[in-house]
Amino acid sequence: MEVYDGEFIAELETIARHIRLNSIKMIYKAGSGHPGGSLSCADILAALYFHIMKHDPKRPDWLDRDRFVLSKGHAAPALYAVLAEAGYFPIDELSSLRKMGSRLQGHPCMNKTPGVEMSTGSLGHGLAAGNGMALAAKLDRKLYRIYVLLGDGEMDVGETWEAAMLASHYKLDNVTAYIDRNKLQLDGPTEKIMSLEPLADKWKAFGWHVIEINGHNIQEIIHATNEAKGVKGRPTVVICHTIKGKGVSYMEGSLHFHGKAPNDQEYAQALKELGGAP
Amino acid sequence: MRWKMESQRKQYGKALVELGKERGDIVVLDADLSSSTRTADFAAAFPERFFNCGIAEQNMMDTAAGFAASGKTAFVSTFAVFGTGRCYDQIRQSIAYPKLNIKIVASHAGITVGGDGASHQIIEDIALMRVLPNMTVIVPVDSPETYRAVKTIAKTLGPCYVRIGRADVPTITDENAKFDINQAPVMRDGKDVTLIGCGIMVSKCLEAADELSKHGVDARVINLHTIKPMDEKTIVRAARETGCVVTAEEHSVMMGMGSAVAMVLVENFHVPMKRVGIPDVFGESGACDELMEKYGLTVDNIVEAAHDVLKRKK
Ligand SMILES: Cc1ncc(C[n+]2csc(CCOP(=O)(O)OP(=O)(O)O)c2C)c(N)n1
Repeated sequence: MEVYDGEFIAELETIARHIRLNSIKMIYKAGSGHPGGSLSCADILAALYFHIMKHDPKRPDWLDRDRFVLSKGHAAPALYAVLAEAGYFPIDELSSLRKMGSRLQGHPCMNKTPGVEMSTGSLGHGLAAGNGMALAAKLDRKLYRIYVLLGDGEMDVGETWEAAMLASHYKLDNVTAYIDRNKLQLDGPTEKIMSLEPLADKWKAFGWHVIEINGHNIQEIIHATNEAKGVKGRPTVVICHTIKGKGVSYMEGSLHFHGKAPNDQEYAQALKELGGAP
Repeated sequence: MRWKMESQRKQYGKALVELGKERGDIVVLDADLSSSTRTADFAAAFPERFFNCGIAEQNMMDTAAGFAASGKTAFVSTFAVFGTGRCYDQIRQSIAYPKLNIKIVASHAGITVGGDGASHQIIEDIALMRVLPNMTVIVPVDSPETYRAVKTIAKTLGPCYVRIGRADVPTITDENAKFDINQAPVMRDGKDVTLIGCGIMVSKCLEAADELSKHGVDARVINLHTIKPMDEKTIVRAARETGCVVTAEEHSVMMGMGSAVAMVLVENFHVPMKRVGIPDVFGESGACDELMEKYGLTVDNIVEAAHDVLKRKK
């Protein structure tokens, strides 16, 4: 197993903190949005866009780029934050989130935002769309890989499992799915709304290679992805154990901040905790 | 604004809780949006008759069908975008076709969803639901009418779709008004032009009528709360008596309420007509007012359309 030096990991952790900070700023300025699920996936996005994925912000339509699909589209702020951080568009533009005429729609729109590979927002579509990209890659004998991020609430969706079946049927070893296992959906804890466990066994039964990690540990995210690259003949799913609202104390594990912007006081507190200026 | 702004969802929650008390056959299903649709109010009062299906709208519709086939009256709620198009086949095969007693009450319809953007702004749900045989389609005009509509459909057999919004809406009817599925209320009498609205556009029609009266135009305003079955008598009489018609809806002009009215008029009494509504495009993120402005849903749009049909009227 590769060992990454502390400085390199610290850099990615800084990126993740920027994603969190900018997500909160955007949502506060927009007055609406989904902080909880944006914060829980920040580390995964940082690792993907700043180490794992082969991509070029100057050429968002580069044919050989790796593709990322945000199936849980309501975490759009985190996606926009990482895309801006990577240079797809200016950081300043982030403050236009959800505003009239903005390229940054409330949920990702592939026709408006450079770097967004698929329009999402209605849950449960992303894995199937990622499969289509993976099949196209195989058809064109391309080596690029497909990364899909799903919410654990999306495990409720029938289509997620239809796609899971298709991916293993077509031996899509170029697909890696990450599940943001923050254990909360909109109405409550996943196990109370619709029990998912034993989740890893379900994916195994569907023919996937399954890895479970701490989704806030950059090192583990990278190792799991490297492992996935080595798996031949079947897709890999990385169950990332995370905390909804991670990084802002009062948002952590909170249902309230699934889809609600912080008020002035909460905003000031969040900035302080994330080490940022307004 | 001369009207009080109130939540339709809150009244839905209240009506559901009352129904739960009155009747043991009522069950309620939601798809991980109960805190938004307000079915959570029912869930708190009657936990044993509430079923959260998770983010699985198709599954929810067929589960409701099973309940209804077993003698229950099922209320099913989620956002309108997920409660219609996403599970259209389930609604068609298992609810409309077998004519089961299921009431789909869907919130967050239309462009006034605002910031969430086009993915969540369904502007084609009236179209989808009204083409289904057996389906009743209701767009309550305000919060008290939402309450009355829900209480009424609970007593009416068969499948029903009720469309409500996210944002608070102007209360234009009074508490004691009656709700009759077969009767479209005339909110303002007039002889020069008829303005037919549904949902939040009815209050805009009333404002447009005030504006028109300044120009000496006497406009009739109809609240077409039930798109199907349509109160054709009231519509045709209005066309006959005023000689021109404008419709206004927070929905695509393709196959929505305006199209339904046009079909009735073309076959019964042909008059100059114009449909105010969202053009054949998807919406976008923005503030409600800005969106209403950009997508042609303002009082001015109605006034302009009225002048246009008045000009074309002989
Ligand atoms: C098909 C569909 N149904 C309902 C919704 C409304 N909705 C938005 S987010 C959400 C909960 C998502 O939970 P999860 O996937 O666990 O996301 P996370 O906790 O990571 O934010 C729901 C129900 C939706 N966007 N799409």
